[in-house]
Amino acid sequence: MFKNFFPNKILSFSNKLLSFLIILMLLIVFVGLIYALFLSPPDFTQGDSVRIMYVHVPASFIALGCFGFMGIASICTLIFKIKVLPLMAKSLAPVGSVFALISIVTGSLWGKPTWGTWWVWDARLTSMLILFIFYIAYISVWKFVDNYEKANKVSSIIAIIGSLNLPVIKYSVDWWNTLHQTSSITLTSVPTIHYTMLIPLIIMLIGTILYTLIIFLMRYKTEIMKFKLDKRNKEN
Amino acid sequence: MLSKKTRTRIILISFLLVVSILVVFVVLKSLEENVVYFFSPTELYNKEDISFNKKIRVGGLVKDGSIINNQTSINFIVTDLNNEIIVSYKGSLPNLFSEGKGVVAEGKLKDKKYFIADKILAKHDENYMPPEVNKILKKTKE
Repeated sequence: MFKNFFPNKILSFSNKLLSFLIILMLLIVFVGLIYALFLSPPDFTQGDSVRIMYVHVPASFIALGCFGFMGIASICTLIFKIKVLPLMAKSLAPVGSVFALISIVTGSLWGKPTWGTWWVWDARLTSMLILFIFYIAYISVWKFVDNYEKANKVSSIIAIIGSLNLPVIKYSVDWWNTLHQTSSITLTSVPTIHYTMLIPLIIMLIGTILYTLIIFLMRYKTEIMKFKLDKRNKEN
Repeated sequence: MLSKKTRTRIILISFLLVVSILVVFVVLKSLEENVVYFFSPTELYNKEDISFNKKIRVGGLVKDGSIINNQTSINFIVTDLNNEIIVSYKGSLPNLFSEGKGVVAEGKLKDKKYFIADKILAKHDENYMPPEVNKILKKTKE
């Protein structure tokens, strides 16, 4: 499986896969949105405001997941010096950061009609904002530092330190009193979301994961080509 | 299998990670009072260094039947099923504010039993269900 991510295979691999993934993603997101916006029921407390959940939750999931990958890739980069790992992390950062922003914005739009405010500095919201800032820092290092090895080292450290924030984000609602409610879906207990809402949520989550994968593959392909080109230019 | 260089790097990075985790833990623990968004009535009741001039937040459930609408203000009781505190507030309330539901009040303590709020936020829990299902649940509880 790892062979598929190595440069020589990826350039042909992703062309065929990409078209298929795009069509699949569009279908799934379309079905998900129909359910999210129309076919799923309103919430007994929040009414139709709850429908923002179908975008907010998948976005949050991706924002955390991408940074988690980036953190692991960065640790392995610093220890094992595998050449493709920084390129992978680099390719995840843009889509992850956008979903972090989407999570914050949709959360804010959801907070106003439900909580009564656009923003609070509680642990969950503040740590998500910190995650977004780490994303920006990571992307900025690659953008503004010219030396590849230096950018690699600094961005890897940023990703690793930022990853320490991930358990804080996830457990903030359990560790401290927060305005944001606790998790409705956990590994250890029954979901507290009714199935008529849980199923559209899962559909949207799968669609969002596919979207992220597509953007990642497109970006990764570009990064590999850029890397090879730079290497060739340096040798000449 | 693992070169000496790699092994050194593993040790170094693991060490730095452990230290960073400890630092984060110590920082968060010491800042605890600023990280919590609100205190429950019980936490307020047990708090030793209470100041009646500082802006704080109390959160919990609105006690059933406790909402009293005066001409000048609205009074209700916030409970965490263990302790209670009376909250007085002037102003508009969020849509989701209601009996039996979560609330966070921001303001100042008049004394240990009385809180004067200048901002009210509704807090909803992690349960999501259609209204019909909620009706059925309520019926089976009675």
